Amino acid sequence: MSRDTLNRVPMLLSVVAGLILSILPLPNWLNLARPDFLVIVVLYWSIMVPRAGGLTLAFLAGLLLDASKGVVLGQHALALCLCTYIAIKLHLRVRIFPVWHQALTVFWLLVIYQFMLFWIDGMTGHQITNYLRWLPAFTGAALWPVFAGLLGNAYQRT
Amino acid sequence: MVAFRNAESRPILGRGPSPGLRFFFFGLLAIGLMWLDQRQGYLEAARRGLSMATYPIQVAVNSPAAFWDWLHDVFATRERLQKENAQLQLRLRDSDFRLMRFADLEQENLRLRGLRDATSRVAQRFIVAEILRVDLNPLRRRVIINKGSRDGAFKGQPILDATGVVGQITRAGTFSSEAILIADAEHAIPVQVNRNGLRTIALGTGDLHLLSLPFLPTNADIKVGDLVVSSGLGGVFPGGYPVATVVKVDRAATQTNAEIVAETAAKLDRDREVLLIWTDEPPIDVEPSEPAAPAAKNGSKP
Repeated sequence: MSRDTLNRVPMLLSVVAGLILSILPLPNWLNLARPDFLVIVVLYWSIMVPRAGGLTLAFLAGLLLDASKGVVLGQHALALCLCTYIAIKLHLRVRIFPVWHQALTVFWLLVIYQFMLFWIDGMTGHQITNYLRWLPAFTGAALWPVFAGLLGNAYQRT
Repeated sequence: MVAFRNAESRPILGRGPSPGLRFFFFGLLAIGLMWLDQRQGYLEAARRGLSMATYPIQVAVNSPAAFWDWLHDVFATRERLQKENAQLQLRLRDSDFRLMRFADLEQENLRLRGLRDATSRVAQRFIVAEILRVDLNPLRRRVIINKGSRDGAFKGQPILDATGVVGQITRAGTFSSEAILIADAEHAIPVQVNRNGLRTIALGTGDLHLLSLPFLPTNADIKVGDLVVSSGLGGVFPGGYPVATVVKVDRAATQTNAEIVAETAAKLDRDREVLLIWTDEPPIDVEPSEPAAPAAKNGSKP
Protein backbone atom coordinates (compact mmCIF):
# COMPACT_ATOMS: atom_id res chain seq x y z
CA MET A 1 0.00 0.00 0.00
CA SER A 2 1.53 3.31 -0.96
CA ARG A 3 1.09 6.61 0.83
CA ASP A 4 -1.31 7.92 -1.76
CA THR A 5 -3.81 5.16 -1.24
CA LEU A 6 -3.52 5.28 2.54
CA ASN A 7 -7.01 5.03 3.99
CA ARG A 8 -7.48 7.87 6.43
CA VAL A 9 -11.17 7.27 7.15
CA PRO A 10 -10.70 5.23 10.37
CA MET A 11 -8.29 7.86 11.61
CA LEU A 12 -10.67 10.75 10.96
CA LEU A 13 -13.60 8.85 12.46
CA SER A 14 -11.60 8.12 15.60
CA VAL A 15 -10.64 11.82 15.81
CA VAL A 16 -14.32 12.87 15.68
CA ALA A 17 -15.14 10.21 18.28
CA GLY A 18 -12.30 11.52 20.45
CA LEU A 19 -13.62 15.07 20.22
CA ILE A 20 -17.14 13.96 21.11
CA LEU A 21 -15.87 11.95 24.08
CA SER A 22 -13.87 14.92 25.30
CA ILE A 23 -16.96 17.15 25.67
CA LEU A 24 -19.58 14.49 26.49
CA PRO A 25 -21.38 15.44 29.72
CA LEU A 26 -20.33 13.23 32.60
CA PRO A 27 -21.07 13.25 36.33
CA ASN A 28 -18.72 15.62 38.10
CA TRP A 29 -16.48 13.05 39.78
CA LEU A 30 -16.03 11.18 36.50
CA ASN A 31 -15.52 14.45 34.64
CA LEU A 32 -12.45 15.22 36.76
CA ALA A 33 -10.90 11.89 35.81
CA ARG A 34 -11.85 12.11 32.12
CA PRO A 35 -8.82 11.11 30.06
CA ASP A 36 -7.83 13.38 27.16
CA PHE A 37 -9.46 11.12 24.58
CA LEU A 38 -8.55 13.17 21.54
CA VAL A 39 -4.91 13.43 22.67
CA ILE A 40 -4.67 9.69 23.09
CA VAL A 41 -6.20 9.13 19.65
CA VAL A 42 -3.70 11.51 18.05
CA LEU A 43 -0.81 9.90 19.95
CA TYR A 44 -1.92 6.45 18.85
CA TRP A 45 -1.99 7.36 15.18
CA SER A 46 1.29 9.23 15.36
CA ILE A 47 2.98 6.21 16.95
CA MET A 48 1.47 3.63 14.60
CA VAL A 49 1.13 5.58 11.33
CA PRO A 50 3.15 8.79 11.73
CA ARG A 51 2.74 9.78 8.08
CA ALA A 52 -1.04 9.50 8.08
CA GLY A 53 -1.70 12.51 10.23
CA GLY A 54 1.32 13.41 12.25
CA LEU A 55 1.84 16.99 13.26
CA THR A 56 -0.78 18.42 10.89
CA LEU A 57 -3.40 16.23 12.52
CA ALA A 58 -2.12 17.21 15.97
CA PHE A 59 -2.31 20.91 15.13
CA LEU A 60 -5.82 20.76 13.69
CA ALA A 61 -7.13 18.54 16.51
CA GLY A 62 -5.60 20.98 18.98
CA LEU A 63 -7.37 23.91 17.33
CA LEU A 64 -10.68 22.04 17.52
CA LEU A 65 -10.08 21.44 21.22
CA ASP A 66 -9.26 25.14 21.70
CA ALA A 67 -12.46 26.18 19.98
CA SER A 68 -14.71 23.70 21.75
CA LYS A 69 -13.24 24.32 25.21
CA GLY A 70 -13.18 28.09 24.78
CA VAL A 71 -9.57 28.79 25.70
CA VAL A 72 -6.96 30.95 23.97
CA LEU A 73 -6.56 29.77 20.37
CA GLY A 74 -3.39 27.71 19.98
CA GLN A 75 -3.08 26.41 23.53
CA HIS A 76 -4.07 22.80 22.97
CA ALA A 77 -2.56 22.99 19.48
CA LEU A 78 0.91 23.80 20.85
CA ALA A 79 0.69 21.23 23.67
CA LEU A 80 -0.53 18.53 21.32
CA CYS A 81 2.10 19.35 18.69
CA LEU A 82 4.88 19.05 21.27
CA CYS A 83 3.88 15.64 22.59
CA THR A 84 3.06 14.39 19.09
CA TYR A 85 6.52 15.46 17.96
CA ILE A 86 8.09 13.47 20.79
CA ALA A 87 5.83 10.52 19.98
CA ILE A 88 6.88 10.62 16.30
CA LYS A 89 10.53 10.80 17.28
CA LEU A 90 10.07 7.73 19.48
CA HIS A 91 7.52 5.87 17.37
CA LEU A 92 9.80 3.10 16.10
CA ARG A 93 10.81 2.24 19.65
CA VAL A 94 7.41 2.65 21.29
CA ARG A 95 5.71 0.53 18.64
CA ILE A 96 7.56 -2.63 19.68
CA PHE A 97 7.22 -2.05 23.43
CA PRO A 98 4.88 -4.34 25.36
CA VAL A 99 1.60 -2.60 25.95
CA TRP A 100 2.21 -1.72 29.63
CA HIS A 101 5.53 -0.21 28.65
CA GLN A 102 3.75 1.83 25.99
CA ALA A 103 1.36 3.01 28.68
CA LEU A 104 4.26 4.32 30.74
CA THR A 105 5.60 6.25 27.75
CA VAL A 106 2.15 7.64 27.03
CA PHE A 107 1.86 8.66 30.69
CA TRP A 108 4.86 10.96 30.37
CA LEU A 109 3.62 12.32 27.06
CA LEU A 110 0.29 13.14 28.73
CA VAL A 111 2.09 14.77 31.64
CA ILE A 112 4.02 16.93 29.16
CA TYR A 113 0.71 17.79 27.49
CA GLN A 114 -0.89 18.76 30.80
CA PHE A 115 2.19 20.72 31.77
CA MET A 116 2.03 22.76 28.57
CA LEU A 117 -1.65 23.50 29.22
CA PHE A 118 -0.87 24.42 32.83
CA TRP A 119 1.95 26.69 31.73
CA ILE A 120 -0.08 28.49 29.06
CA ASP A 121 -3.04 28.79 31.48
CA GLY A 122 -0.69 30.56 33.85
CA MET A 123 0.74 32.86 31.16
CA THR A 124 -2.70 33.88 29.90
CA GLY A 125 -3.89 34.58 33.45
CA HIS A 126 -6.36 31.73 33.90
CA GLN A 127 -4.39 29.67 36.35
CA ILE A 128 -5.79 26.46 37.83
CA THR A 129 -3.57 25.29 40.68
CA ASN A 130 -5.78 22.38 41.71
CA TYR A 131 -3.77 19.13 41.77
CA LEU A 132 -6.73 17.32 40.25
CA ARG A 133 -5.80 18.75 36.87
CA TRP A 134 -3.07 16.09 36.59
CA LEU A 135 -5.56 13.27 37.07
CA PRO A 136 -6.35 12.83 33.32
CA ALA A 137 -2.71 11.88 32.67
CA PHE A 138 -3.02 8.95 35.09
CA THR A 139 -6.39 7.75 33.82
CA GLY A 140 -5.31 8.21 30.21
CA ALA A 141 -2.20 6.05 30.71
CA ALA A 142 -4.18 3.46 32.68
CA LEU A 143 -6.69 3.18 29.83
CA TRP A 144 -4.05 3.11 27.09
CA PRO A 145 -4.21 -0.71 26.63
CA VAL A 146 -7.98 -0.39 26.02
CA PHE A 147 -7.51 2.41 23.49
CA ALA A 148 -4.66 0.59 21.79
CA GLY A 149 -6.89 -2.47 21.44
CA LEU A 150 -9.85 -0.53 20.08
CA LEU A 151 -7.82 1.65 17.75
CA GLY A 152 -5.77 -1.38 16.72
CA ASN A 153 -8.95 -2.79 15.21
CA ALA A 154 -9.45 0.44 13.28
CA TYR A 155 -5.80 0.38 12.24
CA GLN A 156 -6.15 -3.05 10.63
CA ARG A 157 -8.50 -1.45 8.12
CA THR A 158 -6.15 1.31 6.98
CA MET B 1 3.54 -7.42 13.10
CA VAL B 2 0.94 -5.17 11.56
CA ALA B 3 3.17 -2.19 11.98
CA PHE B 4 5.38 -3.28 9.10
CA ARG B 5 2.58 -4.01 6.72
CA ASN B 6 2.77 -0.93 4.52
CA ALA B 7 5.06 1.75 3.19
CA GLU B 8 4.43 3.84 6.29
CA SER B 9 7.13 1.94 8.10
CA ARG B 10 9.97 3.20 5.94
CA PRO B 11 10.84 6.44 7.67
CA ILE B 12 14.10 6.84 5.74
CA LEU B 13 12.26 7.50 2.51
CA GLY B 14 10.74 10.64 3.94
CA ARG B 15 8.34 12.70 1.94
CA GLY B 16 7.68 16.35 2.69
CA PRO B 17 9.43 18.26 5.45
CA SER B 18 10.89 16.37 8.39
CA PRO B 19 8.98 16.19 11.69
CA GLY B 20 11.48 18.59 13.23
CA LEU B 21 10.81 21.25 10.60
CA ARG B 22 7.05 20.69 10.81
CA PHE B 23 7.15 20.98 14.58
CA PHE B 24 9.12 24.22 14.32
CA PHE B 25 6.56 25.60 11.90
CA PHE B 26 3.45 24.49 13.81
CA GLY B 27 4.93 25.56 17.13
CA LEU B 28 5.56 29.06 15.80
CA LEU B 29 2.09 29.12 14.28
CA ALA B 30 0.47 28.11 17.58
CA ILE B 31 2.43 30.69 19.55
CA GLY B 32 1.55 33.31 16.94
CA LEU B 33 -2.13 32.39 17.22
CA MET B 34 -2.03 32.62 20.99
CA TRP B 35 -0.35 36.01 20.84
CA LEU B 36 -2.86 37.36 18.32
CA ASP B 37 -5.81 35.93 20.23
CA GLN B 38 -4.71 36.96 23.70
CA ARG B 39 -3.00 40.29 23.14
CA GLN B 40 -4.61 41.65 20.01
CA GLY B 41 -8.04 40.08 19.75
CA TYR B 42 -7.71 39.87 15.96
CA LEU B 43 -9.01 36.37 15.70
CA GLU B 44 -12.74 36.92 16.23
CA ALA B 45 -13.52 35.80 12.68
CA ALA B 46 -11.39 32.67 12.98
CA ARG B 47 -13.01 31.91 16.34
CA ARG B 48 -16.43 32.32 14.84
CA GLY B 49 -15.55 29.91 12.04
CA LEU B 50 -14.15 27.35 14.44
CA SER B 51 -17.06 27.62 16.85
CA MET B 52 -19.41 27.13 13.91
CA ALA B 53 -17.45 23.99 13.04
CA THR B 54 -17.65 22.60 16.57
CA TYR B 55 -21.24 23.68 17.26
CA PRO B 56 -22.81 20.71 15.40
CA ILE B 57 -20.70 18.36 17.51
CA GLN B 58 -21.78 20.13 20.68
CA VAL B 59 -25.42 19.93 19.62
CA ALA B 60 -24.98 16.25 18.78
CA VAL B 61 -23.46 15.62 22.20
CA ASN B 62 -26.34 17.50 23.80
CA SER B 63 -28.99 15.64 21.81
CA PRO B 64 -29.35 12.45 23.94
CA ALA B 65 -30.08 14.60 27.00
CA ALA B 66 -32.47 16.74 24.97
CA PHE B 67 -34.15 13.61 23.64
CA TRP B 68 -34.54 12.27 27.19
CA ASP B 69 -36.14 15.54 28.29
CA TRP B 70 -38.49 15.37 25.34
CA LEU B 71 -39.40 11.77 26.17
CA HIS B 72 -39.96 12.76 29.77
CA ASP B 73 -42.35 15.49 28.66
CA VAL B 74 -44.21 13.30 26.21
CA PHE B 75 -44.85 10.53 28.71
CA ALA B 76 -45.75 12.84 31.56
CA THR B 77 -48.33 11.25 33.80
CA ARG B 78 -51.64 12.85 34.54
CA GLU B 79 -50.90 13.09 38.28
CA ARG B 80 -47.59 14.78 37.68
CA LEU B 81 -49.11 17.31 35.33
CA GLN B 82 -51.91 18.05 37.77
CA LYS B 83 -49.44 18.47 40.62
CA GLU B 84 -47.26 20.72 38.52
CA ASN B 85 -50.27 22.73 37.43
CA ALA B 86 -51.41 23.23 41.02
CA GLN B 87 -47.91 24.33 42.02
CA LEU B 88 -47.67 26.76 39.12
CA GLN B 89 -51.05 28.27 39.92
CA LEU B 90 -49.95 28.77 43.50
CA ARG B 91 -46.81 30.51 42.34
CA LEU B 92 -48.72 32.61 39.84
CA ARG B 93 -51.06 33.77 42.59
CA ASP B 94 -48.12 34.74 44.77
CA SER B 95 -46.47 36.59 41.90
CA ASP B 96 -49.68 38.38 40.97
CA PHE B 97 -50.10 39.47 44.55
CA ARG B 98 -46.61 40.93 44.57
CA LEU B 99 -47.09 42.51 41.14
CA MET B 100 -50.25 44.36 42.18
CA ARG B 101 -48.32 47.28 43.54
CA PHE B 102 -45.48 46.98 41.03
CA ALA B 103 -46.74 49.49 38.47
CA ASP B 104 -47.39 52.03 41.20
CA LEU B 105 -43.99 51.45 42.81
CA GLU B 106 -42.25 51.67 39.45
CA GLN B 107 -43.84 55.05 38.78
CA GLU B 108 -42.92 56.27 42.22
CA ASN B 109 -39.38 55.04 41.77
CA LEU B 110 -39.06 56.83 38.44
CA ARG B 111 -40.41 60.03 39.96
CA LEU B 112 -37.99 59.87 42.87
CA ARG B 113 -35.09 59.11 40.57
CA GLY B 114 -36.19 62.00 38.40
CA LEU B 115 -36.00 64.26 41.47
CA ARG B 116 -32.49 63.06 42.19
CA ASP B 117 -31.58 63.16 38.51
CA ALA B 118 -30.28 59.63 38.82
CA THR B 119 -30.63 56.93 36.23
CA SER B 120 -31.08 53.28 36.92
CA ARG B 121 -30.59 50.38 34.62
CA VAL B 122 -33.63 48.25 34.31
CA ALA B 123 -33.71 45.08 32.28
CA GLN B 124 -35.89 45.90 29.29
CA ARG B 125 -35.83 42.87 27.10
CA PHE B 126 -34.74 39.28 27.41
CA ILE B 127 -34.57 36.10 25.40
CA VAL B 128 -34.51 32.58 26.73
CA ALA B 129 -31.36 30.60 25.99
CA GLU B 130 -30.67 26.96 26.66
CA ILE B 131 -27.52 25.73 28.35
CA LEU B 132 -26.02 22.93 26.27
CA ARG B 133 -25.04 19.85 28.26
CA VAL B 134 -21.44 19.95 27.19
CA ASP B 135 -18.52 19.65 29.59
CA LEU B 136 -15.75 22.15 29.02
CA ASN B 137 -13.33 21.96 31.92
CA PRO B 138 -14.23 20.31 35.21
CA LEU B 139 -12.18 22.85 37.15
CA ARG B 140 -13.85 25.86 35.56
CA ARG B 141 -17.45 27.02 35.61
CA ARG B 142 -18.05 27.86 31.98
CA VAL B 143 -21.01 26.87 29.87
CA ILE B 144 -22.12 27.00 26.24
CA ILE B 145 -25.52 28.49 25.50
CA ASN B 146 -27.43 28.12 22.27
CA LYS B 147 -27.81 31.82 21.44
CA GLY B 148 -25.16 33.76 19.57
CA SER B 149 -24.59 37.08 17.87
CA ARG B 150 -27.26 36.08 15.36
CA ASP B 151 -29.77 36.47 18.19
CA GLY B 152 -28.13 39.69 19.37
CA ALA B 153 -26.00 38.24 22.17
CA PHE B 154 -22.83 40.18 22.88
CA LYS B 155 -19.72 39.91 25.01
CA GLY B 156 -20.35 41.02 28.58
CA GLN B 157 -24.10 40.45 28.36
CA PRO B 158 -25.58 39.59 31.76
CA ILE B 159 -27.35 36.26 32.17
CA LEU B 160 -30.06 35.72 34.78
CA ASP B 161 -32.48 32.98 35.65
CA ALA B 162 -35.81 33.17 37.42
CA THR B 163 -34.15 33.39 40.83
CA GLY B 164 -31.01 35.47 40.37
CA VAL B 165 -27.85 36.37 38.51
CA VAL B 166 -26.23 33.48 36.64
CA GLY B 167 -23.22 34.94 34.85
CA GLN B 168 -22.14 36.82 31.76
CA ILE B 169 -21.17 36.05 28.18
CA THR B 170 -17.44 35.87 27.58
CA ARG B 171 -17.49 35.15 23.87
CA ALA B 172 -20.36 35.46 21.45
CA GLY B 173 -20.19 33.13 18.47
CA THR B 174 -22.66 33.18 15.60
CA PHE B 175 -24.99 30.44 16.81
CA SER B 176 -23.72 29.84 20.33
CA SER B 177 -21.89 31.72 23.07
CA GLU B 178 -19.60 30.88 25.92
CA ALA B 179 -20.52 32.18 29.31
CA ILE B 180 -18.82 32.35 32.67
CA LEU B 181 -20.91 31.60 35.75
CA ILE B 182 -20.65 33.82 38.83
CA ALA B 183 -19.33 30.79 40.75
CA ASP B 184 -16.23 30.48 38.52
CA ALA B 185 -13.11 31.16 40.54
CA GLU B 186 -12.10 33.86 38.05
CA HIS B 187 -15.35 35.78 38.24
CA ALA B 188 -16.13 38.80 40.39
CA ILE B 189 -19.39 40.71 40.61
CA PRO B 190 -19.99 44.05 42.35
CA VAL B 191 -22.74 43.57 44.93
CA GLN B 192 -24.41 45.26 47.85
CA VAL B 193 -26.18 43.96 50.92
CA ASN B 194 -29.86 44.51 50.33
CA ARG B 195 -30.59 45.32 53.99
CA ASN B 196 -28.22 48.29 54.37
CA GLY B 197 -26.65 49.01 51.00
CA LEU B 198 -23.18 47.93 52.08
CA ARG B 199 -21.15 47.57 48.88
CA THR B 200 -18.52 44.96 48.15
CA ILE B 201 -17.45 42.43 45.56
CA ALA B 202 -18.47 38.77 45.45
CA LEU B 203 -15.92 36.36 44.05
CA GLY B 204 -16.64 32.91 42.69
CA THR B 205 -15.17 29.97 44.55
CA GLY B 206 -15.28 27.26 41.89
CA ASP B 207 -18.02 25.55 43.92
CA LEU B 208 -21.30 25.97 42.02
CA HIS B 209 -23.25 26.90 45.16
CA LEU B 210 -20.92 29.30 46.92
CA LEU B 211 -19.50 32.79 46.51
CA SER B 212 -17.06 34.48 48.85
CA LEU B 213 -17.07 38.11 49.97
CA PRO B 214 -13.47 38.62 51.07
CA PHE B 215 -13.23 42.42 51.13
CA LEU B 216 -15.39 43.32 54.13
CA PRO B 217 -13.72 44.20 57.46
CA THR B 218 -14.49 42.09 60.52
CA ASN B 219 -16.74 44.80 61.95
CA ALA B 220 -18.86 45.12 58.80
CA ASP B 221 -22.61 45.07 59.29
CA ILE B 222 -23.45 41.79 57.64
CA LYS B 223 -25.03 38.68 59.08
CA VAL B 224 -26.17 35.23 58.08
CA GLY B 225 -29.33 35.36 56.01
CA ASP B 226 -28.63 38.74 54.41
CA LEU B 227 -29.62 38.95 50.77
CA VAL B 228 -26.82 40.15 48.51
CA VAL B 229 -27.96 41.87 45.30
CA SER B 230 -26.05 43.19 42.30
CA SER B 231 -25.09 46.82 42.81
CA GLY B 232 -25.00 47.85 39.16
CA LEU B 233 -21.56 49.39 39.58
CA GLY B 234 -19.06 48.45 36.94
CA GLY B 235 -21.69 48.52 34.25
CA VAL B 236 -21.98 44.85 33.37
CA PHE B 237 -24.84 43.68 35.57
CA PRO B 238 -27.98 45.72 36.13
CA GLY B 239 -28.48 46.66 39.78
CA GLY B 240 -30.88 45.11 42.25
CA TYR B 241 -30.98 41.51 41.12
CA PRO B 242 -30.45 38.77 43.74
CA VAL B 243 -26.98 37.27 43.67
CA ALA B 244 -26.61 35.26 46.86
CA THR B 245 -27.66 34.77 50.47
CA VAL B 246 -25.05 34.95 53.22
CA VAL B 247 -24.66 31.56 54.90
CA LYS B 248 -21.51 32.00 56.96
CA VAL B 249 -19.77 34.97 58.59
CA ASP B 250 -16.51 34.19 60.32
CA ARG B 251 -15.05 37.14 62.24
CA ALA B 252 -11.65 35.94 63.39
CA ALA B 253 -10.11 38.50 65.75
CA THR B 254 -6.69 38.06 64.20
CA GLN B 255 -7.84 38.89 60.68
CA THR B 256 -8.55 42.29 59.16
CA ASN B 257 -11.30 40.99 56.95
CA ALA B 258 -14.22 38.78 57.80
CA GLU B 259 -14.56 35.49 56.01
CA ILE B 260 -17.99 35.57 54.44
CA VAL B 261 -19.53 32.81 52.37
CA ALA B 262 -22.79 33.23 50.46
CA GLU B 263 -24.96 30.75 48.63
CA THR B 264 -25.89 31.66 45.06
CA ALA B 265 -29.50 32.67 44.51
CA ALA B 266 -29.61 31.21 41.00
CA LYS B 267 -29.72 27.44 40.73
CA LEU B 268 -26.47 27.21 38.81
CA ASP B 269 -26.28 23.44 38.88
CA ARG B 270 -29.86 22.81 37.84
CA ASP B 271 -30.47 25.52 35.27
CA ARG B 272 -31.39 24.37 31.82
CA GLU B 273 -32.81 27.64 30.58
CA VAL B 274 -31.46 31.08 31.32
CA LEU B 275 -32.36 34.63 30.32
CA LEU B 276 -30.12 36.93 28.30
CA ILE B 277 -30.83 40.50 29.36
CA TRP B 278 -30.72 43.77 27.46
CA THR B 279 -30.83 46.93 29.54
CA ASP B 280 -32.23 50.16 28.20
CA GLU B 281 -29.51 52.57 29.26
CA PRO B 282 -25.89 52.27 28.25
CA PRO B 283 -23.53 50.93 30.92
CA ILE B 284 -22.25 53.51 33.38
CA ASP B 285 -18.99 54.77 31.96
CA VAL B 286 -16.28 54.87 34.52
CA GLU B 287 -13.77 55.87 31.88
CA PRO B 288 -15.64 58.29 29.64
CA SER B 289 -12.87 58.36 27.04
CA GLU B 290 -13.48 54.73 26.15
CA PRO B 291 -17.20 54.30 25.61
CA ALA B 292 -17.47 50.77 24.32
CA ALA B 293 -14.85 48.61 25.96
CA PRO B 294 -14.67 49.42 29.67
CA ALA B 295 -17.65 47.39 30.80
CA ALA B 296 -15.84 44.13 31.14
CA LYS B 297 -12.70 45.75 32.48
CA ASN B 298 -14.28 47.54 35.39
CA GLY B 299 -17.24 45.41 36.25
CA SER B 300 -15.81 42.00 36.55
CA LYS B 301 -12.98 40.08 35.16
CA PRO B 302 -14.26 37.42 32.81
